Amino acid sequence: MNPRDRKYSKEHEWALVDGSGLVVVGITDYAQDQLGDVVYVELPNAGTEVEQFGKMGEIESVKAVSDIFAPVGGQVVEVNGELEGQPELVNDDPTGGGWMVKVGPENADVEMANLMSAEEYESFLESEAH
Amino acid sequence: MGEANGGAAGMRTALYESHMGLGGRMVPFAGWEMPVQYAGILAEANAVRSKGGIFDVSHMGRIYVSGAQATELMEWIQTGRIGNLRIGRARYSLICDEAGGIMDDTVSYRLEEDRYLLICNASNRPAVVEWLERWRRERYSQTTLEDVTTDTVMIAVQGPDAASLVDGMSGDSPSSLRFFASMEAAVLGRSAFVGRTGYTGEDGFEIVSDARDGADLWKALHEGGMAPCGLGARDVLRLEAGLPLHGSDIDLTTTPLEAGLGRFVRLGKEFAGSEALRRQKEEGVERSLVGLFSEGRSIPRHDYSILSEGKSVGRITSGSYSPTLDRNIAMGYVQTRLSEEGQSLQIDIRGRPTGAMVTSLPFYKRK
Repeated sequence: MNPRDRKYSKEHEWALVDGSGLVVVGITDYAQDQLGDVVYVELPNAGTEVEQFGKMGEIESVKAVSDIFAPVGGQVVEVNGELEGQPELVNDDPTGGGWMVKVGPENADVEMANLMSAEEYESFLESEAH
Repeated sequence: MGEANGGAAGMRTALYESHMGLGGRMVPFAGWEMPVQYAGILAEANAVRSKGGIFDVSHMGRIYVSGAQATELMEWIQTGRIGNLRIGRARYSLICDEAGGIMDDTVSYRLEEDRYLLICNASNRPAVVEWLERWRRERYSQTTLEDVTTDTVMIAVQGPDAASLVDGMSGDSPSSLRFFASMEAAVLGRSAFVGRTGYTGEDGFEIVSDARDGADLWKALHEGGMAPCGLGARDVLRLEAGLPLHGSDIDLTTTPLEAGLGRFVRLGKEFAGSEALRRQKEEGVERSLVGLFSEGRSIPRHDYSILSEGKSVGRITSGSYSPTLDRNIAMGYVQTRLSEEGQSLQIDIRGRPTGAMVTSLPFYKRK
């Protein structure tokens, strides 16, 4: 359920290095399930600099509001405009069409190594549940 | 069931297994384990507006008040008139303490000349029972109180398709009931109490039956096309309908006059809190509960400050995205001078002042 091709943060974001070296960022299936119906995602504009593990936006569900943290630092180069009109994509396809931003990473090798593999993330979820 | 399962996990209604079977997500609520959602809050809310849904409201208090002084007792603890209620009819009314603060909001069904079914909020059941008991002991001893909450289930069936479905399950034609009327009816061949009441702004019923019949009734309603709905959808629907939630919008620190519930208060009679409320009526209220439309996409939530000219003039008590109106709505108290419809205000949404406008309640009224 958590794709093996990417890394995960303790704040339930995922980070995937795409073919052009950009890091695609979204939230995990676990995170969307906990939030419930997402009605609004506030994301940084393209050009914004974000720091690894720094706050980069907010996600609002009917139930609650949560911060979104950048799993890697760098410049936001693209924002998923689809989420403006269809925030439910985050619920329906969190690791695909519900992606949030693409970051041009400053220091991808080191920062990606600070994140968890899918297996480690799943162990982390299990330990959180107890 | 019920208290047998007490302790940290909370009490379970007779429908607990039904909720688990349908994938309900259980949360602690007022001492009970209740489903907050099944398919999702928005899908459930939309189902109720377009077709219909079912809610397990068995956690709410169900108390019979009967005996020669039952009417006197009810009249004393209720802000609304009870004595003129016809048998088979129900009334929404408040229970206040002697300072006029709202202890609970309730529905009272008059079942017989001297017998009532009082429905109170789950979280307030201990306080309401104690309050009833106190006045029974002190003044109205010819009264019997019987709390049947854990012996029965209560299922709310709400939405445009509710009437035809419930009619099909009973030979007693529950759809002949007027709004806020009730009857004893055979439902699925078993005896039940059916009231045409609810908390969603839709047509519908609340059905009370023996706890042992609950799961069969729930299953039949679900198979009849009603979407199982949790507390999340219930909260969205009641807010759209402009109905206050005790513990959020009203409580012991607020009065019915401040909460815009004056139409449920008969100041011409004597009841617990009547003196305080008559005085407040004369002096006027300093704050008033209003409906608000807010701008932007961020949801105004409980306890956010309401601002005017940069200063705090009140607080949000409930807020949500409204799926029916596709915009953000809220209720909150503001200084009464700022409570007129059309008044422009701001809501402090996590440090960002966001435009809002006072609007009349309810936000949603069915056609």
